Amino acid sequence: MDMYSDITLTVNGESVTRCVESRTNLVDFLRYELGLTGSHVGCEHGVCGACTIRMDGRIVRGCLTLAAQAEGAEVWTIEGVSETNEIRPLQKAFVERNALQCGFCTPGMLLTIAELMERKPDASREEIREFISGNFCRCTGYQAIVDAVEIAREKGANS
Amino acid sequence: MNEVVADRWILDRPNSYIGRSVPRPNAPRLAEGRGTFVDDIELKRMLHATYVRSPYAHARIKSIDPAAAKALPGVVAVVTPQEMAKIHDPWVGVLTHLEGIKSAPQYALPLEKATWQGEAVVAVVANTRATAEDAAALVEIDWEVLPPVTDAETATEGETPLIHNDLGDNQAWQRKADFGDVDAAYADADHVVEETFVFGRHTGVCLESRGLVADFEPSEEQLTVWHNNQCPHMVQNILADKFRLEEHKVRVITRDVGGSFGIKVHTYADEVATVGLSIMLKRPVKYIADRLESFVGDIHARDHRVKGKISVKNDGTITAFEIDDLTGIGPYSMYPRTSGIEANQVVNMIGGPYRFDNYRAVANVVYQNKAMMCQYRAVGHPIKCAVTEGLVDKAAKILGMDPAEFRQKNFHSDDSYPTKSAQGMPFENLSHEECMKKMLEAMDYNALKADRDAKRKDGIYRGIGFASFIEVTNPSAMFYGVGGARISAQDGATLRLDAKGNVFISTGATEQGQGMEAVISQVAATAVGVPPERLKIITGDTEHTPYGGGTWGSRAAGIGGEAVAQAGRQLRVQILEAAAAMLQEDASTLDIRNGVVVDTDTDNERISLDEIGRICYYRPDTLPDGFQAELVATKHYVPRKFPFAFTNGAQASYLEVDVETGFINLINHWCVEDCGTVINPLLVDEQIRGGVVQGLGGALWEECLYDDQGQMLNANMADYLVPMAAELPDIECGHAVSPTSDSDLGAKGAGEAGTCGAPAAVMNALNDALSPFDARMTSMPFTPKKVLQALNKI
Repeated sequence: MDMYSDITLTVNGESVTRCVESRTNLVDFLRYELGLTGSHVGCEHGVCGACTIRMDGRIVRGCLTLAAQAEGAEVWTIEGVSETNEIRPLQKAFVERNALQCGFCTPGMLLTIAELMERKPDASREEIREFISGNFCRCTGYQAIVDAVEIAREKGANS
Repeated sequence: MNEVVADRWILDRPNSYIGRSVPRPNAPRLAEGRGTFVDDIELKRMLHATYVRSPYAHARIKSIDPAAAKALPGVVAVVTPQEMAKIHDPWVGVLTHLEGIKSAPQYALPLEKATWQGEAVVAVVANTRATAEDAAALVEIDWEVLPPVTDAETATEGETPLIHNDLGDNQAWQRKADFGDVDAAYADADHVVEETFVFGRHTGVCLESRGLVADFEPSEEQLTVWHNNQCPHMVQNILADKFRLEEHKVRVITRDVGGSFGIKVHTYADEVATVGLSIMLKRPVKYIADRLESFVGDIHARDHRVKGKISVKNDGTITAFEIDDLTGIGPYSMYPRTSGIEANQVVNMIGGPYRFDNYRAVANVVYQNKAMMCQYRAVGHPIKCAVTEGLVDKAAKILGMDPAEFRQKNFHSDDSYPTKSAQGMPFENLSHEECMKKMLEAMDYNALKADRDAKRKDGIYRGIGFASFIEVTNPSAMFYGVGGARISAQDGATLRLDAKGNVFISTGATEQGQGMEAVISQVAATAVGVPPERLKIITGDTEHTPYGGGTWGSRAAGIGGEAVAQAGRQLRVQILEAAAAMLQEDASTLDIRNGVVVDTDTDNERISLDEIGRICYYRPDTLPDGFQAELVATKHYVPRKFPFAFTNGAQASYLEVDVETGFINLINHWCVEDCGTVINPLLVDEQIRGGVVQGLGGALWEECLYDDQGQMLNANMADYLVPMAAELPDIECGHAVSPTSDSDLGAKGAGEAGTCGAPAAVMNALNDALSPFDARMTSMPFTPKKVLQALNKI
């Protein structure tokens, strides 16, 4: 494999072309090359979920994906889905319910939940817990997060 | 004790925000990924550090060959311990009030030998972190492997090797306590009940790992450090001292911090080394611990073995407690708080909720070749609580009493305060009876017992477990200051009215996600009389906040908040003096409500704060001769009447044990606690829930597993099990309210109560579930394997 790779991809709706070290993982590329520091690095071995981003419509671990693998892909990060207001009700519910404390897991948690809400809009509390069980939150104990999903869903249905 | 009466003016303010679930002002930004954590900071010409870490628990450094590493393109420096030691002084983690505690000098990089697996030994600095890691792999260290000390039980025995020859033995500290007459109590008792409890080593696993960016500017000898520590002023003092810099030329900035829980309150050698690298290279240097480094580089906690005894009478009266605590703390006592505090807390607080007169304790704190151990959320509390509550449950069972009833019989009654514990700790006002009563109601205890009993007939083994507890919060100088630690016990707040009528608040308290900024804004809004949206909070910067202690020991709301309350009241007085001058009124007839000066009696609006700001700053010529408006107020606060504000509470767990697999299913968990004045109910409940879950982690899953060579076997997130969403129950919270008279606000701390009681409640519930099998478990974490062993199935 070459030491460097030329890649072109779409990030948050903008086309991006860069030459990267082939070993660069996607979350490091987003953070240090593009300055999208909303995606966080928690474990670098695919367990904690802090680096969760959306690639071609599905959530992936940014630490287990190489930037080079994102060639031609459509990538969305917390910055992008915030600016499009796509997950605004969920973010509002997180704030209202205090479903974030330090906020380090929050971007990955939100993108994970956004996918759940699309795939299974009527998920039970147990199913919500199961779906986010790959996202480590040290602060909240998760109950507020589950509550926030329900609040966002309720408000979404009433809006 | 003389009765102390606080002035509760702040609870009687119109338009009060105290007691309201006001959302956190900093939360929306974090929810959009717009936080600024340390790793988000990039400076021009910034370099990246990493460390070559010892692969051995105990090994002499014979030689270091950095040549191959230095030759790698992109590498700027490879720094050995000898080179680093030229520019800094070592530190020793002792405090004088822990009489007899001893430790060895610790350097940023160890001079002679590595004393735990994972200790940073050689620094590598390069243009990128990846290159630094490539180079680190090329550093050749010739090691002489030494026999490690791993077992705390044998650490001080004669044949065990010494970790630090100069100390003479591996004993860090011993604390003894003896109150009343324990032997006479035993002789007089109907039962003396014994149990041994084991608490596994675990660690904090903050999702954001430790990190810093150090930037030394040589011409002014100015050091600026962006750091995710909880105590910026403490770090400022230590870095200035150890690098022989002027303290006012060391600036420490903490922006967003991704969780801390006591992990980020210590002096880590690799962080000091990173500062040293910036001083040497005269360039900014970033170091962010990766997760593998965090498991062996962050402090670990707990790791106690406690032999406990309780004596009781047949009528259900507790007459004595006794403990023998042994804890292994790694190879050094952590600076500056020491690694003796956890054992000290255990000794000080055993039996806390209960009336008894006789108490004896010995705690041995020993060195070992494992990662350093120090204060983590609810320091000592989960241990003293589980030992106390485990003994209480066992005694109740022997007496044939209901565990709730036995506790209620022995509590310090709610009308008995002020009083003291058997150890002489002053209790100002606690509410064990009220908390237990409320919790039993919330649980529907009788129905729960019926459910448990009915299910047992079907071969389903459920258990109910209780834990009552006391908790140290709002620490005064008695905690660290009296022992010589330069950690501010008091905190300050400066409030400033700007020309638009908004208020800037600088506080020494810091935010790591617990919601301190919301609490500060609620107190300031109430004290001054403005809506929270007109406030701007400045925190975490030694150049722009009053000198303070930061956030630890459940102090930010109770101490930092009280300083804000007092400064807010003072600023209101000063604003009203200006308003009175403008209006030709008596200031005592005016108040500020919702950002407007009003007549106190009628609420009639007189002048807005933005108008006052405009006149004071732009048109002071229109004010009466001789009147100078003062629109900045600073106040400080430290608890003086009590060394700590003890809080209390009760927790209960309802769980089910699968006796075939050993798996434990948590069904429900309750916590009713008393943190005095509740400033923000939403935030308090979430502190409780998060704390409970951290306690559950230590009780059920989390353990730093070591082999007999001192190798940590599960130093990654796949093998070290943290609590995840699927295995946790919802947690029901409730409150009693006993404000402290040591402050006007009356708030005590709330951040550690959950962690304190959860392990004990789970342990007692587990043993209740196992009671049909004559099995008892007291060694945490309670893994499925241990459950099956207790059931003699494996």
